[in-house]
Amino acid sequence: MKRVAAIARKELVHIVRDRRSLAVAILMPLAMVLIYGSVIDMELRDLQVGVLDLDRSDASRELVREMTASGFIVEAARLASRAEVEAGFRRGRFRAVLVVPAGYAAGDRTGIQILVDAADAATAATVDNYLQAVVLRAARERLPAAGAPPPPFTARTRIWFNPELASAHFVVPGLVALVMMMICALLTSIAITREKEVGTLEQILTTPVAPAQVILGKALPYVGLGALDAALILAVGRLAFKVPMNGSWLALAAYTLLFIVIALAVGLLISARSSSLRVAMMAAIIVTMLPTMVLSGFVFPIASMPRALQAVCQLMPATHFLVVVRGILLKGQNWYPLQTAILAAMAIVILTLAARSFRLRLE
Amino acid sequence: MIRIDDLHKSYGATAAVRGLSLAVGPGRICGLIGPDGAGKTTTMRIVCGLLAPDRGTATVLGRDCTREARAIKSRLGYMPQRFSLYPDLTVAENLRFFADLFAVGRQERARREAELMEFSKLGPFRERRAGRLSGGMKQKLALSCTLIHTPEVLVLDEPTTGVDPVSRREFWRILRDLANRGLALLVSTPYLDEADLCDDIVLMHGGRAIARGTPAEVAAGFPRRLLEVRGPGLSAAIALLRETPVAGTDARRYGDRLHVVYTDQDQAAAVRARLAGLAVEVSPVGPGIEDAFVALLEGAS
Repeated sequence: MKRVAAIARKELVHIVRDRRSLAVAILMPLAMVLIYGSVIDMELRDLQVGVLDLDRSDASRELVREMTASGFIVEAARLASRAEVEAGFRRGRFRAVLVVPAGYAAGDRTGIQILVDAADAATAATVDNYLQAVVLRAARERLPAAGAPPPPFTARTRIWFNPELASAHFVVPGLVALVMMMICALLTSIAITREKEVGTLEQILTTPVAPAQVILGKALPYVGLGALDAALILAVGRLAFKVPMNGSWLALAAYTLLFIVIALAVGLLISARSSSLRVAMMAAIIVTMLPTMVLSGFVFPIASMPRALQAVCQLMPATHFLVVVRGILLKGQNWYPLQTAILAAMAIVILTLAARSFRLRLE
Repeated sequence: MIRIDDLHKSYGATAAVRGLSLAVGPGRICGLIGPDGAGKTTTMRIVCGLLAPDRGTATVLGRDCTREARAIKSRLGYMPQRFSLYPDLTVAENLRFFADLFAVGRQERARREAELMEFSKLGPFRERRAGRLSGGMKQKLALSCTLIHTPEVLVLDEPTTGVDPVSRREFWRILRDLANRGLALLVSTPYLDEADLCDDIVLMHGGRAIARGTPAEVAAGFPRRLLEVRGPGLSAAIALLRETPVAGTDARRYGDRLHVVYTDQDQAAAVRARLAGLAVEVSPVGPGIEDAFVALLEGAS
């Protein structure tokens, strides 16, 4: 235990004295939360909408007022004719246009038109949904059926767990996984490979230290650093983006620790298999960052991927960890038997592989 | 204290060590001398338990280096060729780290550290980062780290490579001092002039010992005689002997002098006659370790 402590203490000195790496290890997660939290924002605020009111009645004005009252939509322009629609889209004055037909006050509800600039397909769909919902509701409520009976029932969607559909709530848990992978796997593999490359590992192995002690001692400071980063991300997520915490901190800590063990095992496996520092770094980036970002449901929903890719996603530890973290934070669900089993199995398999490839001698 | 018997080790198809045997007793410095690829490092790694031999045995203090590696580790100090320490740790921190790895107690560590600082003269640099030490000081710190647990056997792989001549001489003084205290030292070096500083030498080539004994014995094994040529006209002498060599002789340059190998007096006279007009001094000398080694290497390959 003393030897493990000696190695851990030495590793800590490396980390603390290497100011630039330390800055990266702490600032990178911060920057990532702030950037990802605000950039990958699928919410729409201040949506610029043009209005072409052909009815010019009290009812139509009421409809427009109702639309803007939601707070998300801003009336960007009042158009005189259809001819202005295309010009406005081209110049980007607005993202959508609401057309109120001439017979609106008289009861023409079917003539209401919503024109959307779909140059950006993703937002176009969202814009369309928003406007449909707002306008139709307003139209239905303010204009009780003149003639035709109201529909017998209407479907209303109620969104649970993340009622604001805030993407930060969705992204922050993913960032925890990403940063863990990067700090624990990347930095550990760099730390071990560097020592192998420089030759100090050879020296350490001639002392009465067991290889397991070397690995444990080297990994411990990075566990600490990873945990610190996780806490940092969650804190910023909570303060800056109001990410809720509905579950138990203990459960979150336990699952995070399990994930850190996996990340460390991946780092060990990489360092055991790579011949040089450069190889280790490239391998670590390819093995950890890309899959964690792309194939875990962090940014791109797994459900919309081709089936083969979905299967690959299931092999990524981050996929399962994300389910757990999102569940704990947003749903307050603290126990995941399936994900626990999968993550534990992954930890055991990767650790075994890593231990096997980590040669005790220098063949 | 170190014993190697008929040691063999191959990496795939390349044989690194082929049937090496040697022994080092207490208070002796044994030099492993040979060019790169002679098998020196492989031999040393086997002795330190870092590699397992294919065949043959290596023992330290009577224990097998492979099977009983753990028992040996606390009594052996090893300084690898590429020893680089931790440049971001201070001199004291490097020492402390290795003391902890060897589980040296607190009091023992303080006593030992003072002793090592004394003999290495690193005391004033205790708080300096190892990366900012000079080459010679780095080597002394590396040696100190391998001595922190008071080993009985020391294995040093090319400890003076890349160190300035003054520091090299000082380093060897320290090694001699350690031997006088009863340690057994196995030291490898590519510098032939360091061979004379060892008690015993083993000339290695292609994984085998091609000569062994005290430096004097190895030099005496050189079968031919030598003329040493030195002086301002050395370059001219070399050019002349290269253009029109004297049959049966062989000239080799060693820095500021030229050694001409000959077998009988007629050849010596011919060489003297040829160099007569040049500003050089020609005198007969006893063979050095270099001459013996070069001759042996040529015989081996």
